[in-house]
Amino acid sequence: MQRINDDVLNKCRDLIENGTCDRVLAWEEGEFCYDVTPAVFTGDTLGKMIYDDFCAANQSKYLIDESHKEGRIAALLKPCDTYSFNQLLKENRIKRENVYVLGVPCDGKIDAEKARGLGIKGILGAEIDGDTVAFETIYGKKTCSKKDVLHEKCLSCKGKKHMIFDELTDPEKEPETAVPENGTSRFDGVSKLENMTAEERFRFWRGELSRCIRCNACRNVCPACSCRQCVFDNPASGVSSKANTNDFEENLYHIIRAFHVAGRCTDCGECTRVCPENIPLHLLNRKFIKDINELYGEYQAGYDTALDAPLTSYTKQDAEPGIVHERGVR
Amino acid sequence: MQVNDTNKEFRPLIVAFCCNWCSYAGADLAGSSRLSYPADVKIIRVPCSCRVNPMFILRAFQRGADGVIIAGCHPGDCHYTSGNYFARRRMTLLFSMLDYLGIERERTRVEWISAAEGAKFSATMNEFAETISRLGENRRLEDLRCKE
Ligand code: SF4
Ligand code: SF4
Repeated sequence: MQRINDDVLNKCRDLIENGTCDRVLAWEEGEFCYDVTPAVFTGDTLGKMIYDDFCAANQSKYLIDESHKEGRIAALLKPCDTYSFNQLLKENRIKRENVYVLGVPCDGKIDAEKARGLGIKGILGAEIDGDTVAFETIYGKKTCSKKDVLHEKCLSCKGKKHMIFDELTDPEKEPETAVPENGTSRFDGVSKLENMTAEERFRFWRGELSRCIRCNACRNVCPACSCRQCVFDNPASGVSSKANTNDFEENLYHIIRAFHVAGRCTDCGECTRVCPENIPLHLLNRKFIKDINELYGEYQAGYDTALDAPLTSYTKQDAEPGIVHERGVR
Repeated sequence: MQVNDTNKEFRPLIVAFCCNWCSYAGADLAGSSRLSYPADVKIIRVPCSCRVNPMFILRAFQRGADGVIIAGCHPGDCHYTSGNYFARRRMTLLFSMLDYLGIERERTRVEWISAAEGAKFSATMNEFAETISRLGENRRLEDLRCKE
């Protein structure tokens, strides 16, 4: 199966040849067709560049470093990546003039692990075709329904519209407005938990968070978690060691991480995607987004850089913290 | 929710973050007015309620606190104009998150206590200490490594 659209590849080649950019941020194939990694290409290596239905990684974070290097880089950004790009611009982390944003369309990205769960093994390639996915495997061709193999983040996509771009590779595909894939159901998981008793919630989270191996992948992949030094990297603080005795360390890590990205999380879903323990981290971040929406008005980080961030602004009429205790005792 | 009826001897450990300008002075006034509040309440003075990092609260629980209360100037009275407004948003979200994780919601609280409200300081601390005693030991945010 073709791993990159000729138009996209030619576009990138043009950008380098006409001097707009000197390198391109895209994806590179790993050992298997589905383990694709973000990589930077120059004119000589462009042939290895890919962008297909496996390329799920959010590229924005890499632009923090790349945009501070000499020259200009072209970045293939999916609609959801542009939220994070916007947010990083707002936080002055990216040098805008050194990036040429090439908006690429996205039909959702395939999670090879989910496909394997459905018995589709030995994957050699895959392509989304409408509502189905066609797999090529060592056992022959297989198809399955698209919604069964998409990443969680794609099932709750905020919309296929790019929030910011210099050029779109497929302007015809670009929608007028950002229409969420599943309406408002992005917060269904959070509501479900909110409706449980405290005891049930506690057991749910203990079950999830106690599996955390503190690999830090969720933090390292997160575009919002891009501090040069993280509180959890300071050995003297005593908060970076893994405890086998109980789950407090994980509780603390995850509460603080979610808090640090509250109001800044673009809900790109990368944390959940990369977690080797399949911990539903999006349920923590979306809780903050939902609370912010309910208490301080609708706000989605990365949507509009001109809006005030909810945690660095206030109104005199804000709810008192006691509202948490009053909101339905369960 | 666990209610500790059996252990009558239980003395809670309560950490109170008090802002220097209002609540800490309120505690002083409570003292000089000879109003009592439980010795279980350990006061930590902070320059402003917005100095309280969520990490401070979680670390207090980790190190054995059973309840944490943040006391600051009334909204509008902040010595630094707006610190408590920011603190109000942060604490609302943090408390909501703790509740979401199934931590007893009564274990954390924010109160606005001015320098003139010694009586309110004493009443609040008494009441909070009573609530925490009723809840019993903090088991959901404890860290066994930090306990004796
Ligand atoms: S917390 Fe997760 S969903 Fe939010 S920006 Fe970071 S990686 Fe993306
Ligand atoms: S990616 Fe998963 S296992 Fe790794 S630190 Fe994050 S939550 Fe824990």
